[in-house]
Amino acid sequence: MKVLVPVKRVVDANVKVRVKGDGSGVELANVKMAMNPFDEIAVEEAIRLKDAGKVEEIIVVSIGPAQAQETLRTALAMGADRAILVKTDETAEPLGVAKVLKGVVDAEKPGLVILGKQAIDDDANQTGQMLAALLGWAQGTFASKVEINGDKAKVTREVDGGLQTIDLKMPAIVTVDLRLNQPRYASLPNIMKAKKKPLDEKSAADFGADLKPRLKVVKTEEPGGRKAGVKVKDVAELVSSLKSAGVI
Amino acid sequence: MIRDSQLLDQLVTTVRRFVRERLIPAEPGVEQENAIPGAIIDEMRDLGLFGLTIPEAYGGLGLTMEEEVMVALELGYTSPAFRSVIGTNNGIGSQGIIADGTDEQKQYWLPRLARGEVIGSFALTEPDVGSDAAAIKTAARRQGKNYILNGTKRFITNAPIADVFTLMARTGGEGASGITAFLVPRNSPGLSLGKIDEKMGQRGTRTCDVILEDCVVPADAIIGGVEGQGFKTAMKVLNRGRLHIAAVCVGAAQRLCDESVSYARERKQFGKAIGEHQLVQAMLAESGTECFAGRCMVIEAARRMDSGARIIQEAASCKLYCSEMVGRVADRAVQIHGGSGYMRDSAVEHFYRDVRLFRLYEGTSQIQQIIIAREMLNA
Repeated sequence: MKVLVPVKRVVDANVKVRVKGDGSGVELANVKMAMNPFDEIAVEEAIRLKDAGKVEEIIVVSIGPAQAQETLRTALAMGADRAILVKTDETAEPLGVAKVLKGVVDAEKPGLVILGKQAIDDDANQTGQMLAALLGWAQGTFASKVEINGDKAKVTREVDGGLQTIDLKMPAIVTVDLRLNQPRYASLPNIMKAKKKPLDEKSAADFGADLKPRLKVVKTEEPGGRKAGVKVKDVAELVSSLKSAGVI
Repeated sequence: MIRDSQLLDQLVTTVRRFVRERLIPAEPGVEQENAIPGAIIDEMRDLGLFGLTIPEAYGGLGLTMEEEVMVALELGYTSPAFRSVIGTNNGIGSQGIIADGTDEQKQYWLPRLARGEVIGSFALTEPDVGSDAAAIKTAARRQGKNYILNGTKRFITNAPIADVFTLMARTGGEGASGITAFLVPRNSPGLSLGKIDEKMGQRGTRTCDVILEDCVVPADAIIGGVEGQGFKTAMKVLNRGRLHIAAVCVGAAQRLCDESVSYARERKQFGKAIGEHQLVQAMLAESGTECFAGRCMVIEAARRMDSGARIIQEAASCKLYCSEMVGRVADRAVQIHGGSGYMRDSAVEHFYRDVRLFRLYEGTSQIQQIIIAREMLNA
């Protein structure tokens, strides 16, 4: 079975994000970028499935600018077999990305698509679900455990009330949550070797899709700063101020 | 020389992440236990850190000097003990074989060293011989197909975990030309280890005496197969290592600067963050500037080395300046931290002790000065 892992290049999780002066988005010039951490977990899961003999080939795909190649190289260094870069300078939006991914799925025919539940830049949490809808495939979102048995995928999902386990008939879409696994570091020799693994460059049109913006960003602003608290004399005052705030 | 900047960026980013996510959190434990957890050594092995400088043909990464320096700058950012574990395989424990070894010696040892399967170590210093390396007393006497070694080697880094020593012994008369470099496996009959040294700093780095009592090694254990070349081999090894150590010093200085900045932002005195007081700013500025100067000189010297230039003077200058510089930076870092910087649970406290060694080993500051002046006068 082939598995397809879409990965997104996002602002590194350790970078303090700043809003652009005109509010049209966040500052990306000279900012350190990295693979979306949830996608890293998805790549790791695919490698573990391959190590366990459930998967023959791991294809990673990224939709983004030329530099998204670096993100794909990281996935190749971790253990993916080949990569596809769908190059675009447009801002990648969930529906556009899902349509391109549908094209990639039609071309590659994977038995499973594993991806992050959301990207940490726009936190949309839509791409996996939209892709499942476009393909008409089963989906298991927010996975904290994935087991493959024959043509069934047993997925444990992190839901509000606890954990929910579902059986999916494959082919299927799985979006992964934080606790699924701890991604490995690509070893330095594998980083060197990844340079020689195949990386195809394509356009959205190659997959019969387009990435034209479908959304309009009205405004981007920084979260409000923390406001000063109130000092209380004693427990009695604390309780009464909590009561008057309607918290207890 | 950087062969592929995108690739190097990935290597450096990976090492930086590993240092920040895995090694720095393990620092207090290493201080406490005076040992590096086996699990971390395994992770370093899996990451490929033991083979940074070993040629690609022997399973290493074959980093150029500039690339190696970029990685060493990252590794220097955490306790020197972690760097020390991989330090000998990438430096003094393997470079002798790479520089002067026979094909058989390279084929046998280098892939094992690159994988971290065996740990290499370098044994030159003796109880009575430090800087005056040409005066070593350890004797090697030919006996049929073997050599019989007698003597003691002192302060040998990684000796307690080493599998093979690049060991200098005297086969001929007095002086440098009587010295031969041997590859001595740990399990050689007649080789034993002294008790582990109690050091001022760099806890977690194990050193001890290596004692040779009628220790038997085969004649093909001579690096390059020819007697009397050992001093030259040792000097080649130490030359390359100087830039690596200098880069590690700069990495440590950067860490000390970062620790100082974050403390200066948080700590409040006289109603404001101490970073707003100009005398504290002066210390930060001095440290930041010196750290940057060290970084620039190390990278420049590495580039010259990769271009094939003779860099004996530059390498000695880098080792001298950066090791002295990190001492000053560590001193200021403790000063900025005040009393907290004197306490055992502060990172700057152990760095203050750790970095003292950089001025002593792989050529003291005074030896570097002599080399620099000699190169200048003889130019």
